[in-house]
Amino acid sequence: MRTRTIEVLVGLFLIAGIVAALGLAVSVSGYAGNKSGTYKVYAHFENIGGLTKKAEVTLAGVQIGTVTDIGIDPDMLVAKVEMEIFSDVNYLSIDSSVQILTAGLLGGKYIGLSVGAEDEVLVDGSVIEDSQSALVLEELIGKFLFDKVSD
Amino acid sequence: MTDTDNVIEISHLAFSRGERAIFKDINISIPRGKITAVMGPSGSGKTTLLKMIGGQLTPDAGGVKVSGVPVAGRSRKALFAMRKKMGMLFQSGALFSDMSVFENVAFPLQVNTDLEPSLINSIVLMKLQAVGLRGAVDLMPSELSGGMARRVALARAIALDPEIVMYDEPFAGQDPIGMGVLVTLIKKLNQSLGHTSVIISHDIQETLSIADYICIMAEGKIIAAGSAQQIRESSSAQVQQFINGHPDGPVPFHYPAEDYLAQLKG
Amino acid sequence: MNYIDKLFDFLALLGHAGISKLAGLGRAAIILGYALVAWPQPKSNFKLVVKQLYNVGVKSLLIVAVSGLFIGMVLGLQGYTILVDFGSEQSVGQMVALSLVRELAPVVTALLFAGRAGSALTAEIGLMKATEQLASLEMIGVDPLRRIVAPRLWAGFISMPILSMIFAVVGVYGGALVSIEWLGVYSGAYWSVMQGAVDFYDDVLNGVIKAVVFGIAVTWIALYQGLESIPTSEGISQSTTRTVVYSSLIILGLDFVLTALMFGDV
Repeated sequence: MRTRTIEVLVGLFLIAGIVAALGLAVSVSGYAGNKSGTYKVYAHFENIGGLTKKAEVTLAGVQIGTVTDIGIDPDMLVAKVEMEIFSDVNYLSIDSSVQILTAGLLGGKYIGLSVGAEDEVLVDGSVIEDSQSALVLEELIGKFLFDKVSD
Repeated sequence: MTDTDNVIEISHLAFSRGERAIFKDINISIPRGKITAVMGPSGSGKTTLLKMIGGQLTPDAGGVKVSGVPVAGRSRKALFAMRKKMGMLFQSGALFSDMSVFENVAFPLQVNTDLEPSLINSIVLMKLQAVGLRGAVDLMPSELSGGMARRVALARAIALDPEIVMYDEPFAGQDPIGMGVLVTLIKKLNQSLGHTSVIISHDIQETLSIADYICIMAEGKIIAAGSAQQIRESSSAQVQQFINGHPDGPVPFHYPAEDYLAQLKG
Repeated sequence: MNYIDKLFDFLALLGHAGISKLAGLGRAAIILGYALVAWPQPKSNFKLVVKQLYNVGVKSLLIVAVSGLFIGMVLGLQGYTILVDFGSEQSVGQMVALSLVRELAPVVTALLFAGRAGSALTAEIGLMKATEQLASLEMIGVDPLRRIVAPRLWAGFISMPILSMIFAVVGVYGGALVSIEWLGVYSGAYWSVMQGAVDFYDDVLNGVIKAVVFGIAVTWIALYQGLESIPTSEGISQSTTRTVVYSSLIILGLDFVLTALMFGDV
């Protein structure tokens, strides 16, 4: 085979590879490259339910960050969740509240944030005070039974 | 042979492959500028000898010296430098199948020298002319006959004008004309280019007709050495059987077996 | 007494086999290391790599793309029939994409690559060894590892991830074709659920890393088997078979290890 033809075909092959890579990035994974930087925010929960790392942190249903670490706070003996919020979301007031919600009926857990009324905003290292734990099925049933009994 | 200008000195060479001893104690001195033939029955290790001279195999004992410097123990770089002064014609021609005749012969020039393409072009054509295949310059190896492939390989082997040219069974499987061509070429090139030729072969008549010095190897040892005349007049039964192709002699016709009559009756 | 002898013989055989396997592994590692380190020789080697990219990558493109298309379509079909029981058939895009990107694209592409390109490499190098072309290269002063092995290695490393990505993309579009056109999944749902579920770093990039690792493994095995093959037609066919078998097993084994490392702690 002529060298020229071979070189052209190899060039096309490499271009096909690049196109595939871009296709994978954009169409398949929806990569938007918004890693414009993040800042860390913390919250404490009595019970995190089935919350896992990489769960979304949303405001009005729109993702504003991700859960990056879950651990125990040794002083308060509750769960401490670390979240990374996108840097351009810098208008979360210091009295915002967080709640662990479920996506759909069988869906995974995620964190929903509601903004409060204060002027001061959350910055890197802030702790969100107002938190509501996940709904745990057993506690719900227990509560239901307890209410029923007291009727 | 007391010629002191020996370009290759093989002394006390010993080599075994597994259990089989291929060389027991080989001593050969190959004189400069002459045609030396190493002959012997199949399997006597002739190709292995060439590989030792070229440094592709290391001996168990003894050594090979080329131009006074031992081959074994040279660094990779020194080994490659040594090989540039050697040309080897392999039994199968060994042309590179993905390159044309021209590219095959030009290859050693392109990788070992910095010569201009136009100069390389001229040299390739000259070498091909010397072997009579200048017209085949654009063919691919698959389009060549066995004899032609061997001649192209010869042109490639002499491309760098080496000091030593080694031929591994050059006459094997050739028709009479092809044989004649190769015999003439080897002789002519040896005389005109002045290099040392080492031929490994078991084609008696052809080899004896051009060799200046002959060694016959069998069972890991040299059983005869000398000029063609001396070999023909040798008193050794082994040598005579080999030279004249007698079916029975020191190398027996019958493979060892039990008594014939007993087995038939039995 | 006889049994003890036999036992010792067996143990000795095990030891011998074990040591020779280890020696083989060592040789393979040296070949890989040397061929990689010997890379820097820009102009001429670049051309060789391009030629090999054609042989190894471009020639495998058809089988990879067609397989990707069919597998993607089957995934779409099967995924739909499974998910429709849960009422989640609109999420079929996620299923197709994750299966492909994380597992099927690197693994199936690597298996196809081993069968098509790997066996071709082994046969080619084995044939070069059998026709003494590799020995010729050495005698001319060119290192076969640099000229023959290294370009093929790099071509394999570069081609595999490209082929794997093409497989994944073609598969996703194949799944889209079946799901959207035939099965009635909403095109908006197909793509958006997929995009929500596929993470570029964790899924796509990990898949590409797998493909690179497989590419290194397959190419290395193929070249080693070719270099070590017995120079007869039977020997070459044995080596080719070994390439495909060993490559396939190693791919599947490595896949498990890599999957555990990458996706283990969900």
